[in-house]
Amino acid sequence: MVATLRPVAGPARRYHFPEFHQEMLPGGIRLVTAPVTKLPIATVLVIVDAGSENDPPGKEGVAALTAAALLEGGEEMDGAAIAERFEQLGTSVESGADWDSAFIKITTLSDRLDAATTLLGETISRPAFPEREVERLRAERLAEIMQLETEPRGLADEKFSEFLYSSDSRYSKPDEGTSDSVGALSRRDVAEFYAARYRSGATTVVVAGDVSIEGARDLVARAFQSWHPGTPAGPRLVTGARSRGRTLHIVNKVDAPQSELRVGHVGLPRKNPDFFPVLVMNAVLGGLFGSRINLNLREAHGYTYGASSYFDWRRGRGPFVVSTAVQTEVTAPALREILYEIDRIRGEHIADSELSLARDYLEGVFPIRYETTAAIASALATLVVYGLPDDYYESYRRNVHAVSVEDVLKAARDHLHLDQLQTVVVGDARIIEQTVADLKLGDQLVHGS
Amino acid sequence: MGLHGGQFTTMRIPVETFVLDNGLFVTLSEDHTAPIVAVNLWYHVGSANEKTGRTGFAHLFEHMLFQGSAHVGSNEHFELIQRAGGTLNGSTWLERTNYFETVPSNELALALWLEADRMGELLPAMSQEKLDTQRDVVKNERRWSVDNQPYGTMLEKMQELVFPPSHPFHHSLIGSMEDLSASSLDDIGQFFSTYYTPDNAVLSIAGDFDPREARRMVGEYFSPIPRGKGKPPLPPMTLPPAFGQRLREVVYDNVSLPRLFLAFRSPVFGSEEYYAASVAGAVLGMRKGSRLQRSLVRDRQVAADAGAFTFDLAKGSDLLVVDVTARPEIPVPQLEEEVEREINLFYRDGVTPAEVTRAIALIETDLLTSLQSAGERADRLSMFATFFKQPDLINQQVGRYRAVTADRVNALISKRFGEDNRASLLYVPREEVESEAALAVAAGTG
Repeated sequence: MVATLRPVAGPARRYHFPEFHQEMLPGGIRLVTAPVTKLPIATVLVIVDAGSENDPPGKEGVAALTAAALLEGGEEMDGAAIAERFEQLGTSVESGADWDSAFIKITTLSDRLDAATTLLGETISRPAFPEREVERLRAERLAEIMQLETEPRGLADEKFSEFLYSSDSRYSKPDEGTSDSVGALSRRDVAEFYAARYRSGATTVVVAGDVSIEGARDLVARAFQSWHPGTPAGPRLVTGARSRGRTLHIVNKVDAPQSELRVGHVGLPRKNPDFFPVLVMNAVLGGLFGSRINLNLREAHGYTYGASSYFDWRRGRGPFVVSTAVQTEVTAPALREILYEIDRIRGEHIADSELSLARDYLEGVFPIRYETTAAIASALATLVVYGLPDDYYESYRRNVHAVSVEDVLKAARDHLHLDQLQTVVVGDARIIEQTVADLKLGDQLVHGS
Repeated sequence: MGLHGGQFTTMRIPVETFVLDNGLFVTLSEDHTAPIVAVNLWYHVGSANEKTGRTGFAHLFEHMLFQGSAHVGSNEHFELIQRAGGTLNGSTWLERTNYFETVPSNELALALWLEADRMGELLPAMSQEKLDTQRDVVKNERRWSVDNQPYGTMLEKMQELVFPPSHPFHHSLIGSMEDLSASSLDDIGQFFSTYYTPDNAVLSIAGDFDPREARRMVGEYFSPIPRGKGKPPLPPMTLPPAFGQRLREVVYDNVSLPRLFLAFRSPVFGSEEYYAASVAGAVLGMRKGSRLQRSLVRDRQVAADAGAFTFDLAKGSDLLVVDVTARPEIPVPQLEEEVEREINLFYRDGVTPAEVTRAIALIETDLLTSLQSAGERADRLSMFATFFKQPDLINQQVGRYRAVTADRVNALISKRFGEDNRASLLYVPREEVESEAALAVAAGTG
């Protein structure tokens, strides 16, 4: 009764990533403006080269704590008053740090952009880091870390990083720090980190939305007139692996109904010549719903609600990881299927239909990713953080399209390493231990949670 | 037509509506800023419609809708949309189930055809094997999101606590393992013919399309699908405005920190009073400047986090929930007392006009921010069409919120925040059960 013939697509309408303008402001801040006039709304995203990779040894978490404490007040206003002023403007400020940068972000109706940006500039140019508020944020962070103990997904991610990287790598510890390192942080650490890293040569302001290039220039120059000059040195990135061969770590959770699984190894830095072949290869392996790993574990076997693989792109070599949660009883067969899929994609060419699925998806979904001012601002920040070329977005689909089945095979052989796989299972060790023994996942270590 | 109207006050999202002969309600909303289009279907069925012994079935059924239909293979729906460069998913809630795709605009026909094929002819593609696999997937979804997740049982425990046993919102949305095991292919057939009919659905299309062309395609693909034979009415959903007594449940669970969910029965979604309740919730728990954040997190430092939200239920009554997680050193009874004191103050003194302005300003920005996405626009159009047959309500939300005054919020508070309308769902770390503080709590369980 319904038309039986599948419709054929008409010609695609052209799409361009929003045009943007880059300039250096007199104070040394880089400004990137993307006028987008769809709705009367704008996002201001401040990016500072003050991410967690800059945490000094023993002070892991100071970058994240500093970013959070930026909004806690200065000489004229305390943190509560600042929140109140932003929110009366219908704006909420978010600040934080990931591995590669610290960020402060607002999205506001355009008739309040001026007031909100001015307030933002004043607030983060002269933070007082009041002792009481820094202590509070530190205690909140410790509470979050404590919560991980009963949160299997977060715990598995954390343990995986710990077992993956050598102990002198910043990546071996959580970006927000450990209970030991955060417990030892003080107001002084925060103030020193801010003074060292929040400088104009390390700062980019991205404005995307209902704003003109001139308008953004005047506004940001005014709002950030007291920003600090200078350029801090970049961090020294250590990303060695903890173990040369395979290792299996079981983090014991008595009676856990599921096993959280992480399988992978040290991956690649974001800026690398094989980025596009690796992107397409991973889409086929575990990046899409229709990827091999998800179809195998979820749709063929019903072992899980979902399974995926990804390269966690950072400036340094972030992890490559296969991530899933499976019913405890099928932990071993699920791991076997994961190994099988990694081996298989290294063994032979993927089918043309798999290549076209991945390519067509990545090319087609591109415009859908940039519907919001926040997404556009974040995409522009990515260019700056990783030093990608200005035409990166304009050439993205062309680069995806150029990837061949040979490129995918080469990417899999060059960048997936079966002999280096580290496996973390957060689950009931009693049930898992015996069944995984013949999978040859390397030395088997059981940890209390 | 673009969306830009200068000031938000004059901004309108274009909305066109028509109804097919088979009862399918269709809304169209054009916006040509990017070459993408969202297709969104709401079926007016959710866990509330499940029969006894089949909890979780509406959601399991949603999974089956991705297992193919007469002219679409198993998982091919996902593949075809992703191959077209689109995103897609579905979700199930107490009173509705939705399915949605956002695709490049030249692939609109594909998305509509796929939705029509499964609305018209799902059953030929169903098999015991597919049902068995998806049952396993859903059981793993339950383990992942409910059983093996701290506080993951909150939704089902809350529903049980605040809705009477005979009420359609009383039972679990994800369902019990036993009921999931009991579901059969017969259930699939019955559920499909009863609820997955054009007259029980709303179709919204938002984004870059030609309205004449879209009408033609909708007519071609959906018109041949026959109207349903009607669905059994839900039992009466109306409830008194308050619980009538203090409700309380303590859950000893595998969690690190005590956390209190304090619920209030509140005015049904979409009613005049709902907007006052929504603002009351925002005054209490939306963002850092809210009452609970300022008082419990910042000033008194007893909470690691605090917030408030509404369920947005459009039948019978809604629920407003305050959610406060204790700091590690705070004993359970103190968490309860501190929250209680804040709510008592709220109940006694009400809100100030400045608090209301702050809340409305934030809500307004959030509304506009979300409308940037074609998928969000389509979903909201479907929601207002499903519940009220008025998709244009999407353009009235800002006005409705702006009309809320401190007086109206205070009237709402005095009706709904009293002692007789509070339900506590309290999570206590299992390890603390032995401690004195927790024993005191346990003794107080009524």
